[in-house]
Amino acid sequence: MGLMEILLIIIPSTLLWAAPLIFTGLGGNFSESSGVVNIGLEGLMVIGAFTAIVFNLTFVDVFGSMTPWVALLAAMVVGALLSILHAVASITFRADQVVSGVAINLLAIGAALFLVKFIYGKGQTDIIQKGFSKVDIPFLSDIPVLGKLFFSNTYYTSFVAIAVAFLAWFVMFKTPFGLRLRAVGEHPMAADTMGINVTRMRYIGVLISGALAGIGGGVYAQSISSDFGHATISGQGFMALAALIFGKWHPLGVMGAALFFGFAQSLSIIGSSLPFLENIPNVYLLIAPYVLTILALTGFIGRADAPKASGTPYVKGKR
Amino acid sequence: MKKRKFGLALSLVLAAGTILGACGKSEEKGGETAGGDEKEKAFSVAMVTDVGGVDDKSFNQSAWEGLQAFGEENGLEKGKGGFDYLQSQSDADYSTNLNTLARQDFDLVFGIGFLMEGAINEIAQQQKDAHFGIVDAVVDQPNVASIMFKEQEAAFLAGVAAAKATKENKIGFIGGMEIPVIERFESGFLAGVQAVNPDIKVEVQYAGAFDKAELGQTIASKMYSSGVDVIFHAAGGTGNGLFKEARDLKKKDPERELWAIGVDSDQTAEGVVEIDGKEHNVILTSALKRVDNAVKDLSTKAKDGSFPGGETTTYGLAEDGVGLAPINPEVSAKAEIEGAVKEWQEKIKNGDVTVPSTKDELASFSAE
Repeated sequence: MGLMEILLIIIPSTLLWAAPLIFTGLGGNFSESSGVVNIGLEGLMVIGAFTAIVFNLTFVDVFGSMTPWVALLAAMVVGALLSILHAVASITFRADQVVSGVAINLLAIGAALFLVKFIYGKGQTDIIQKGFSKVDIPFLSDIPVLGKLFFSNTYYTSFVAIAVAFLAWFVMFKTPFGLRLRAVGEHPMAADTMGINVTRMRYIGVLISGALAGIGGGVYAQSISSDFGHATISGQGFMALAALIFGKWHPLGVMGAALFFGFAQSLSIIGSSLPFLENIPNVYLLIAPYVLTILALTGFIGRADAPKASGTPYVKGKR
Repeated sequence: MKKRKFGLALSLVLAAGTILGACGKSEEKGGETAGGDEKEKAFSVAMVTDVGGVDDKSFNQSAWEGLQAFGEENGLEKGKGGFDYLQSQSDADYSTNLNTLARQDFDLVFGIGFLMEGAINEIAQQQKDAHFGIVDAVVDQPNVASIMFKEQEAAFLAGVAAAKATKENKIGFIGGMEIPVIERFESGFLAGVQAVNPDIKVEVQYAGAFDKAELGQTIASKMYSSGVDVIFHAAGGTGNGLFKEARDLKKKDPERELWAIGVDSDQTAEGVVEIDGKEHNVILTSALKRVDNAVKDLSTKAKDGSFPGGETTTYGLAEDGVGLAPINPEVSAKAEIEGAVKEWQEKIKNGDVTVPSTKDELASFSAE
């Protein structure tokens, strides 16, 4: 297998895997930057995946080939709605944010499975007919070499994810809104003194995280699993959380970390066909992504500091 | 402070609610004391599912269908004294569920899946008068009948079909984890391919998981792009990725002939692709594991008084315990494939060919 052929397999699958992680990780970034830990990303992804699949199955005749995109919007809305629960518990009622996030995870999988059973009378849905499928992106795929590597046999969602990462970076670091959001997460009292409504900013942060995690779940369900069952989302939300830490709470870092996870996973698959890796037992290749991640987390990125006020509820007037 | 406590309480209630909600409904009203007024009690049989549940499109569902068929044949009703099931929500439920059913005086209680090996072993020692059956594992107790399958025979036929269908002479196999069951699938499949044409190259790769569709998708992508045109999976949910990839590639290039082979149950529904209003299907066939037939057969044996306690019954092609689903009518060589499958099926049934069940046996296997 030549280098070109290897890259032709690794790059599209890296992009495919990274897309849901990027969306969800960015969601986590908005929430944590505003000072609310969101362990519930997994649950929000579950509800996003569930909504996208059910919407897709129900409305495929109405929207035709636009269905997956509209389904993503539905997943976004439902994800945001569920995250209100987390916001109310952890911001207004100042509950322990980790407990509330875990509750979201349990609630989401329970409710989604119950509803699947209730609607379809079985443990998992049928497969969807109109999901995100492989495309050659017009014009861009005609670029010599690069077009074939990056823009052929790929999915639109991956590029939307990357675009959203840049957008998130712009919003967070170049707009007044972003500055306020980060201020609330670093030092809510100072922000409050300057006239920023801490509660409102935090609500917005959590809502955005619900919306993006919902999209992440919808992307995963519609581009990879194609149906919804109990194992559809199994740990991707926590992977996104890891990408958030690995990416040092920075949107572009999150994107890079997600791409790295995707790359490591594809490499573990393709490894058995590479001339210099083929004699390594399969099991070592399969654990390689996790080993690489641990190495990267411990050694390479240096200190990763969470936003200072992350995890602590803000009580007005308390020192 | 008050507000904070209230919030904490709220989230705790939420959490508790979901947990409790998840473990509802497994209670059975076992109150009635056994009144001995019935003169002759009908033979009753029950099963405990593993966490997959009775509609998992796999062996739990298949086993439950077998029990239903048995019940229908013998005029039983669902419920106590007839046929019934209990669903396990977690690994911790196995022993409790088995115990519950045994105490309700079911004549035979099945544990479905190798995950239940330990629980059956434990309960069988406590309830020495009850009879148990276990699928996909061997428990050495005098009151337990073990059911095993010759998966290699179904996989062999799948291999024959794949070898007849391939045009590139390159075939792929995706395994879940390297455990004995999957090894039987792999060995049988490779032997089947080899029996038809020893020159065909089979690429074998294990995903290391049964629930990671994205791994299946990447492996399938790699195989299809290196020229493989038929892929067989024995990898549970990981196989969904294979079907997604096959559907995607077919959609992108409807002219390309590529196939996927399903496992355990007939997975035809997973392969439907709509291209320009016309329906195509990428599933060539499926290697079937007839848990329903096996469960039904064992129940009938037990009813007739010949319960094979302490023994292991292995179901293969000859006993209708495994088989091959119908061949996809879109395949150009359909008739030829069916002919070859039938021919090998006969050879296996009457013992002319013994299908290898391990890689060691495969090495010394020759088709003649």
